[in-house]
Order: sequence, then C-alpha cells, then structure tokens
Amino acid sequence: MAQPMRIRATMAGDVADIKVLMNHPMETGTRKDAKTGQLVPAHFITEVTSTINGKDVLNAEMGGAVSKNPFLGFKVKGAKAGDKVVVNWVDNTGDKNTAEATIG
Amino acid sequence: MNALRRNVLKSAAGAGAVAVAVAAGLLKPTQAMAAWNKSAFEAKSVADAMNGLGVTSPADSKDITIKAPDIAENGAVVPVEVSTSIAGTTRIAIIAEKNGTPLVGNFNLPSGTEGFISTRIKMGQTSLVRAVVTAGGKTYTTAKEVKVTIGGCGG
Repeated sequence: MAQPMRIRATMAGDVADIKVLMNHPMETGTRKDAKTGQLVPAHFITEVTSTINGKDVLNAEMGGAVSKNPFLGFKVKGAKAGDKVVVNWVDNTGDKNTAEATIG
Repeated sequence: MNALRRNVLKSAAGAGAVAVAVAAGLLKPTQAMAAWNKSAFEAKSVADAMNGLGVTSPADSKDITIKAPDIAENGAVVPVEVSTSIAGTTRIAIIAEKNGTPLVGNFNLPSGTEGFISTRIKMGQTSLVRAVVTAGGKTYTTAKEVKVTIGGCGG
C-alpha cells in the first residue's frame, strides 16, 4: 500500500532546505465516489516526523485538508552536507512509511 | 552438564527479558503517534480548532508571511508557504477558515528548524488562510484571503 516517498535535501548557506513528496490519496472522508454515490472512507496521513542524524527536526500533525500526495517543505539550521535525513509518516489506518536521504 | 543447562536456560530467559524491553521501547513511539490531536482536527469552527490546539486570542503579527495565490483555480491543490521571523518559533498551524474542518496542519518545529513551512492544501471555497505561530509561549497570527474558483473538498 505504502508507496515510496521522495526527499530532496539541499544546503542553502548554513540552512538545509528539505522537501518531501509523499504518495498518499489523502481522502477526507467527506468525498463521494462518483460512481456509487457512497462516501469514500477517510484515509489520510496524520503524523509526519523527521530527524536529521537522529535529532528531531519536525513533528507535524495533518488533517484530511492537506492535498493528495502531500508536499512538505521545511528548513533546518545547523545541518550540513552529508547529514542523514529520515522522514516517517503514519496515516489514520495505521499504515506507515519511512524514507531517508543524504543532504547534498 | 546440568549446570551448563541451567546457564543456558538463564541466558535464554535474560535474552527474553531484553526482547520484551525492546518491544516495550518500540511501542512507545506508536503510542505517541496515537496522540494525534483529534479534537482540534475534527473541530468544525476556527475557534474550536484553536481551542483544540490550546491557542487563545493570538495577537496579529506582521512578522508572519503567508505566500499563497490570490486566486486558486483548483481548490484541491493550493500551495501555501508560511514563514516567520519571530525568534524561537516552536509551532506553525495552518487553518483554512471556511473548510468543513478548518485545521489543515499543525507543525511542531524543534529548535534548529526555521520558522518556515511549505505545503499544499485543499480548500472548499474562497476563504482566509490563517497561520498561527507559537513562539516563546505566545501565539501570533495572520491571514491571507485565497479566492477559490473550483472547490477541492468533496462534491
């Protein structure tokens, strides 16, 4: 179910610019299926956490109002090229995914 | 022979205990995950969402910038970028005021992470997009109107 996510981490001065693209349908639970007229069950990412070299850098909670295939960008000071970025997410069904990248 | 057998059993029991401890340790993050702020995310009004976040009467601030389109053609994908120059920002929350459930995301930023979040949100209709920033125990807010021509929530 969980599809790969993509992380791009680059240094801009002394700040690491981290961009994450997650693959997820992000169903709010209020949308109706066009064919059956039934509500599509809610299925969205609830939590995203990120660490750089094991140190917490982001701890986010999301609702269904984040767009499909969520994009998330954030900036971390004090990181350096070669540091390891890890991003985890968990959705409301308990599905989870993890990915890592190296700051380049 | 017997003594050796005892030892083996003992160490096996020891290893079992360690495994249990590890499992318990591994369970903790999952429990923390379950702490998703349900009341705030399921709130139907901006005031309730803010209550759920533990925010009361945030002060308007010019130090928060919301970068979002003035007119969004597709409400299903509205790029929103919030940046703040307020020192010691620990949290940025994004609220689309007229959505069925206004709270979009709550981003906790440990020290070292800049006051910056970029993401894409869904908007049901034209409304204010509000950023709520917590820094040093105080909360600040600002809002920007985004006109939506095709809604992105349901229907």
